Amino acid sequence: MAEETPGNSVGLVKPLSQRFDSSFTLQSGATLPGFEVVYETYGRLNEKRNNAVLICHALSGHHHAAGYHSREDARPGWWDNCIGPGKPIDTDDFFVLSLNNLGGCHGTTGPTSINPDTGEIYGPTFPTVTVKDWVQTQHMLAEALGITTFAAVIGGSLGGMQAMQWAIDYPDRVQHALLIACTPKLSAQNIAFNEIARFAISSDPEFNEGHYQTSGVNPERGLGLARMVGHVTYLSDDSMGDKFGRELKSGDISLGQDVEFQVESYLHYQGETFSKIFDANTYILMTRALDYFDPAREFDDDLVRALANARAKFFVASFTSDWRFAPERSGAIVDALIAAGKDVVSTTIESTHGHDSFLLPIPRYFDVLRAYMSRIARETAS
Amino acid sequence: MREDLRIIANLIKSDARVLDLGCGSGDLLEHLAKAKNILGYGIENDSDEISGCIRRGVNVIEHDLNEGLERFPDKSFDMVIMTETLQAVDSPQRLLDEMLRIGEECIVTFPNFGYWGHRVRMFTSGKFPVSQPIPHRWFDTPNIRPCTFLDFEQLCAEKQLRIVQRLVFSSSYRAGPLMKRFPNLFGATAFYRLGRVS
Repeated sequence: MAEETPGNSVGLVKPLSQRFDSSFTLQSGATLPGFEVVYETYGRLNEKRNNAVLICHALSGHHHAAGYHSREDARPGWWDNCIGPGKPIDTDDFFVLSLNNLGGCHGTTGPTSINPDTGEIYGPTFPTVTVKDWVQTQHMLAEALGITTFAAVIGGSLGGMQAMQWAIDYPDRVQHALLIACTPKLSAQNIAFNEIARFAISSDPEFNEGHYQTSGVNPERGLGLARMVGHVTYLSDDSMGDKFGRELKSGDISLGQDVEFQVESYLHYQGETFSKIFDANTYILMTRALDYFDPAREFDDDLVRALANARAKFFVASFTSDWRFAPERSGAIVDALIAAGKDVVSTTIESTHGHDSFLLPIPRYFDVLRAYMSRIARETAS
Repeated sequence: MREDLRIIANLIKSDARVLDLGCGSGDLLEHLAKAKNILGYGIENDSDEISGCIRRGVNVIEHDLNEGLERFPDKSFDMVIMTETLQAVDSPQRLLDEMLRIGEECIVTFPNFGYWGHRVRMFTSGKFPVSQPIPHRWFDTPNIRPCTFLDFEQLCAEKQLRIVQRLVFSSSYRAGPLMKRFPNLFGATAFYRLGRVS
């Protein structure tokens, strides 16, 4: 970061940790003998304790959503453009809580942690985790921090699924659910891309049935390939065209040389950096959680019934060029909310940036988000 | 308070489910929520109007009316309202069908292009009438489907739409005996409440 913290940054932040010692039964029936959750907070909880906002991260996210960990940090948290004083999620108004989900690889108990029962690394033996499990653990963390109700639960993509699950599972504990670039369930195509990613990982000879850590190796090629495939689905044809076109990084086609297109080099870089910082078992676990998410399933596939008990008000935003979770998928959520008689505002943002749009400071997107958050701020203040 | 809001509020039952097509920045829905405790949703396509609705806490769905209303199930609303928008949509008759499919009843208002002022302007200038209630010129007007009281009632008869109530107003929603007697000539704003033929 720069010498001085920018005025609209939450500044230097420190990850905190909360331990839960009693055994925790997951939706799958498997149990964990306690676990630890890493989180960060920005802003201050007011006296009425009604201004807390929960940020739910997406597939490769974590607790570090805003600010810097040290003065040497080159980049701030993953949603720093949106969280901070004067930003759409304004830390002058809200107490923002952001955590790393169970099964993650950024400090919260997950496949890279040691199983206290065996004294060995969980690795592939870490149990299956669902969105519902995450919401339950987020609720446990909130209780531990003295937060009874969230003014808002906010998430993009897989994070939006958690916000939706919150509204269903804890109707009295969430005032507003913000679902951005979300879907009520994955399509066959979505699951197919996830399976390609998982197969890329498991096909890496160093994957070792998931026991790579104990063997002192890392399936970097497989994880990198998984990331490359995933990354393409987060962008759009137009945005890749704008960014790279057919520009060459090296070589000359007219001389018959081997060439490398800019987009190839970019994807390799994405894959390589990601494979060094992310855990392959966590990637498999998180994509599985995406695949399994389908809150309507236990209500005879009726999303209207699934949402019937929700008491939150909803904000649903999608992006025109998002072909991973297209605007129609958000539309299905909106239609179900209307049929269930819930309060909802819904907007479709013009953007060429594909699914990744939800992480970008697109002016109209931030305008509507800011408008909605300022309304929540008025409610918490009154 | 805007007169049209008061008139519409009087026609709506408490706690009704209301859909407002082309809701603008949500004046009507906000008023109906306060006056009649309705559950209302607005459909709007203009980004500034949508932000306005969001800021004041009005339910708004970004959607283009010209794409139709297939997404809304049959009989899912008590009242579907479309004020001053009918004359600006691609297919008014398809939209009227949709409104009565979705709602038990609907309210439609539009500017009467048969109003004497327009007739005089057209007659004397020989040009597309431009006036206070209809301030656009022919090439940039959003009002691509101008019609009169007579035109509208002819369509209702052909489509067998039941006119439950007709009100005749000036452009500022005032009523008067002359326009009541000769709506097509002296009424500037047409106000219809429609129902299905059972």
